[in-house]
This record gives sequence, structure tokens and C-alpha cells, in this order.
Amino acid sequence: MALLEIQNVTRRFGNFEAVHDVGLEVEAGEFFTLLGPSGCGKTTLLRMIAGFDAPDAGRIFLNGQDLVATPPEKRPLHTIFQNYALFPHLTVADNIAFPMRMAKLGERAIAEKVKQILDEVRLSEMGGRYPADLSGGQKQRVAIARALVDRPHLLLLDEPLAALDLKLREQMQIELINLQREVGITFIYVTHDQGEALALSHRIAVMDAGKVMQVGRPEDIYEFPANRFVADFIGVCNLLEASVTAAEPDALTLDIPPLGKVGAYSPQSLPVGRHGVLALRPEKVRIDSQIVAAPQENHFSGTVRALIYMGDITMYHVEITCDGASGLTIKALLPNSQARGASFFEVGDRVEIAWRYDAGRFVYE
Amino acid sequence: MNRFLQRSLLSGPPLLYLLVFFLLPTLIMVVVSFGWPGEQGGLAPLWLRDAQGFHLDLTLDNYADFVSTTLYLRLLAKSFWYAVLTTLICLVMAYPLAMLIAKSDKRHRNLMVLLVILPFWSNFLIRVYAWMIILGPQAGLSQALNGVLALFGWGPVSLLFSPFAVLVGLVYVHLPFMILPLYANLEKHDPGLMDAARDLGANRWQCFWRVTFPLSLPGVLAGSALVFIPALGAFAVPDILGGTGGIMIGNVIKMQFLEARDWPFGSTLSIVLTLFALGVTGIAAWLVRRRGGSYV
Repeated sequence: MALLEIQNVTRRFGNFEAVHDVGLEVEAGEFFTLLGPSGCGKTTLLRMIAGFDAPDAGRIFLNGQDLVATPPEKRPLHTIFQNYALFPHLTVADNIAFPMRMAKLGERAIAEKVKQILDEVRLSEMGGRYPADLSGGQKQRVAIARALVDRPHLLLLDEPLAALDLKLREQMQIELINLQREVGITFIYVTHDQGEALALSHRIAVMDAGKVMQVGRPEDIYEFPANRFVADFIGVCNLLEASVTAAEPDALTLDIPPLGKVGAYSPQSLPVGRHGVLALRPEKVRIDSQIVAAPQENHFSGTVRALIYMGDITMYHVEITCDGASGLTIKALLPNSQARGASFFEVGDRVEIAWRYDAGRFVYE
Repeated sequence: MNRFLQRSLLSGPPLLYLLVFFLLPTLIMVVVSFGWPGEQGGLAPLWLRDAQGFHLDLTLDNYADFVSTTLYLRLLAKSFWYAVLTTLICLVMAYPLAMLIAKSDKRHRNLMVLLVILPFWSNFLIRVYAWMIILGPQAGLSQALNGVLALFGWGPVSLLFSPFAVLVGLVYVHLPFMILPLYANLEKHDPGLMDAARDLGANRWQCFWRVTFPLSLPGVLAGSALVFIPALGAFAVPDILGGTGGIMIGNVIKMQFLEARDWPFGSTLSIVLTLFALGVTGIAAWLVRRRGGSYV
């Protein structure tokens, strides 16, 4: 049995359906992420798990127990809020002691646990400080300590790193991964940052417009997007309008105007004429001044129309010119791995690109 | 230099105003409280001319008079209790209202604040006189109360000209001064803190006493000072609603200046009252700060 089961949960605000018929299962010990653009319903869903909001339909089970009628203070879970929501009138130690005081633990036991967790989050000297005197990263650690000190079954994190600058964010990501592994508590993490989701999670649920678009491991979500939205939202992706012209077992032939016939791969059989998009990651596209096409490879020539130098990589926008047809641009990526200095194709250079049949993913939803 | 000039131009006039119309009169009162009353009332000359030339003619008699009988101390104590009760009743009544306003929709808030200050649009004395009518023996309130009391064979009571009437009047007059600072404080509270408190196991009662109330202490303190200090020195409300038994220290001060024409003793009572009010608010602030830590 899953630790958390969300069954057919729907939440409406007036005519707006913030969450539509969502079903999810989260296993004990998982680092599970709800990922989606702002307004996709991920925070509403989190607030319903925490108990600040109630679903209009559907049920939420924790350890097999229906949570919907349980007020937030009685749920064996805690939330880390985006702005940390530390109590400004309480010291760091009193903030951390708060959940244990509410649970009427003895003061001696509380003091001991506060000291222990302050050590764990490396804030031993900060117990007497007030939240106003802490840096962003320290506030974050106090919020984590306060939420973990009484070992909840589930920790909900609502974009906890959004307010931190890039360097600190990366450092906190590593701390979060290690922390989750150490304490073994299930994390449900809400973010709109796909990089963060890929880096942190065991599994990700991608949401859009109140619906779950895909659930899977980060590498599945990235490599095998289930639909156009996921392909577009996660990472950079070429989305080429295509329709099926022939479907053999495993082998798929697509018509992509103006390229013409393109070889592709599909694990399931598809009807001829089905329209969709070929989702093709730029790093799967080979680019060179001359390519000898291998078997099972699509091969085109084109002209560099733009290049975006990003330090570690360079992204080329290549306009395909074949049989006089033009107008389709494919992004291809090259790592700048030369030992001394990068060398580039220039805008206007003739180049050739190629990708394996199974490098792309045909999605039709 | 330019900045200094700018600052002095901006803060100069109000500073000057306070200096001339507040600090100076207070200092005059301090000096007068050591003077002698004039033969025709008012103030006797502070300078005396005799064989040795000019010299100051000051006395501690006024302060001695103040402590020589228990009358004034008792009046001060009575005023203190009236002011404390007024402050507490105002606090208990204003808190839920301020919370309601702070938590209601932004569009309705301004209207509600307007309603709170609406009484200020009519004259203070007229509003207190209105209470005279409301509490008067011919009004429905008294009639109904005495009707009920008569059923038990208890005699008619007068609502007007009683400590009750004074308290009602004081609370009525000062309530907005408690609501406004409380509202200003509560309105700034982060609702996320309530979520956090509940998330961490606090029920609504604990949320209030552990988070909302401690965070509102600055507002409570400001409102209490705004109610307590004027209530302590009130004279119009007890004059109109209190009757003969309802006088407070403020009435005595007024009598010293206007009827007895003993300005020095009136000044002495004023100075004592001012120091007393300062002392009480200072102690209250200190107590709150000690309990609330460095946050308040």
C-alpha cells in the first residue's frame, strides 16, 4: 500500500477548475515532485494534502486513512512554506520547539531534541537568534529543522528554494537530497523549475491546467515524454509536426513537411494518418560539416541561422534545406569540449545533421 | 549641508510647534506647581522684592497639600481603576472587531474603518449628551431594567449618574482609539503564519494565543496607551454622566483652574497625574517587553 493515495481529487474555485480528477500514489521514502507552470494546480493539490484546503470531490489517504475530515493540526505531516513562515516573535530554538510544545512534550525532552536537530542542520550557535537576524539559507534550515524535529510521516515542500540565489539554491538542493536520504521521510516537493525537479526527485508528476500529464522517473519524463506538453515543458526540445505514413512493428515512418519521410520508433503500433509531433532533444542531433549517415539514421543538410553560446554547450539553430524546401529549423547542441578554446560553426555555414530513428519520440496528445 | 537644510526645513516646523505649544506649557505648569495662588485667584508673582532685592518665591506647599489628605490620592486611585477598566473593556471589545476588519476582504476594509471613525464626525460633547438621554430615567433602557427589577421587588435604580454610566461613556468615547492601532497591526500579519502554526499542530485557540496575540502586542500596547492616558484624565464624561459621586481626578483639576481659581494646586495635580500616567505606561511597556522578548 502506498503511503499517500490521492484518488480522483477535484477542486474548483468558482468556474475555474484548479485541480481536475487527479490520482497519484506516493510510496514511503520517496522524493516525489509536483512539477508544472504557475497556475497548474500543484500548490492547490499540496494545500489539500496539508489540510488548508479541501477537495470538492475525491479522497486523500495517508497510511490508508482518509485525511479529508482531519484538520491540518492533526495530520502527521508538516509543510515547508515558500517564505518559510518562521514565527518572528520566537527565537530559532522556540520556533523549532513549537510543534513539540503543541504536542505537550516535556520541556527537558524538547530542549534535548532542539539541540540535537540544531546540530544536524549546523545551526548550533543560532538557537537564541530571532528569524530576522538570519540569512536566507539559515532561515531555510530552521524551517527544515522545525518541520522534521518530530519526525512526520510526510514532508510537503512548497517551492522552498525559490527565494534563494542560484549558488545557494544548488547547495541547498544537495543538502535536501542528502537530508531526505538520511531521515528517510517521504518528501512531496512542489516546483515550477524543471531542472530542480529532475535533479532532486525519485519520481515526478508533471501537471498542467489542473491535470496530471505524466508521472515517472526524471529520466523517463525527460527521454520519453508522454505528450506534447511534457516534451515542451521539460528541457529544450524540437517539436516537429508529423503524421504517420507507415507503421511496422517497432518502426514508424513519419511525414514531416517539408522534410518528407522521416524514420522514427514507436513501442506501440499506431494507425496510419495519426497526427502528432516528433519530440527530438537537441543533444540527440548530431551536427557536423559533413556526416556519413549510418543505417537507421535520418540525415539532412542545412544552414546555421543562429548560435547560442552557453559556456559549456553551444546551441545551433539549423534551417533545413533539402530538395529546395526550407523553413524548418532544428536545434542541435554541441558540448564545447575542445581542450583549448571553443570553435564554432558560424551563422551562414552549411552543416549536416543526423539523428537515429529511435532518438526522437512521436507524441500525439 | 544641503541634506541637513532639507531635513531641518521638513522637521523644523513640527518640532517648533511641539516646543512652543507642548513642552513650554508643560514647563510652565511645572514651575507654577511650585507657586502660590494669587489673592484674586490665578497665580501670585513668582518673584518677590524685599530688602535683599528680587528673589524667587516658590513653595512645596501644593505637593504637601496633595499628600496631606487622602482625598486626592483616593480620587487618583479611583481614576486609575476607571481607566484600567475602560482600557480592558475597550481591548476585549476592540480585538475581535479589529480582527474581523483585518481579515475581511480588502474592498470592505476601508468602509469598515470609516464606520469606526464615523462618530468623530459629530461633536464629542453632543455624543456624550446623547448617552445622557439613552441612560436617562425616561428612556426605554432604564424603564425596561426597572420593570424587570420591580418583578423581584427591587427598587428602581438609576443608570445615569453612576459609575456604570461613567464607564459606558469612557468606553464609548475611547473605543476607536483601541480599534485603529489594533487593526493597523493585525492587518500586517502574514496569514501564512497561521497556516504554519496549524500545520505544526496548533489548534485555533493555540494559534491565537501562541502566534496572533504575541505578534499583536505592539498594537495592544499602542491602543492601551491611547485609551488609558486620556481616560485617566477624563473630566467631561464623568461631569456629564457621573453625577456628584462620579467625579474623577480630571474634574478636580478642572475645578481648581476654573472654580477655585487655584492655579498652582491645579498645576500640581496635573503634574502628579502626568507623572503617574507616564509611570504606569512605562511599567506596562516594560512588562510586555520582558515577556515578549526583543521582538516587541
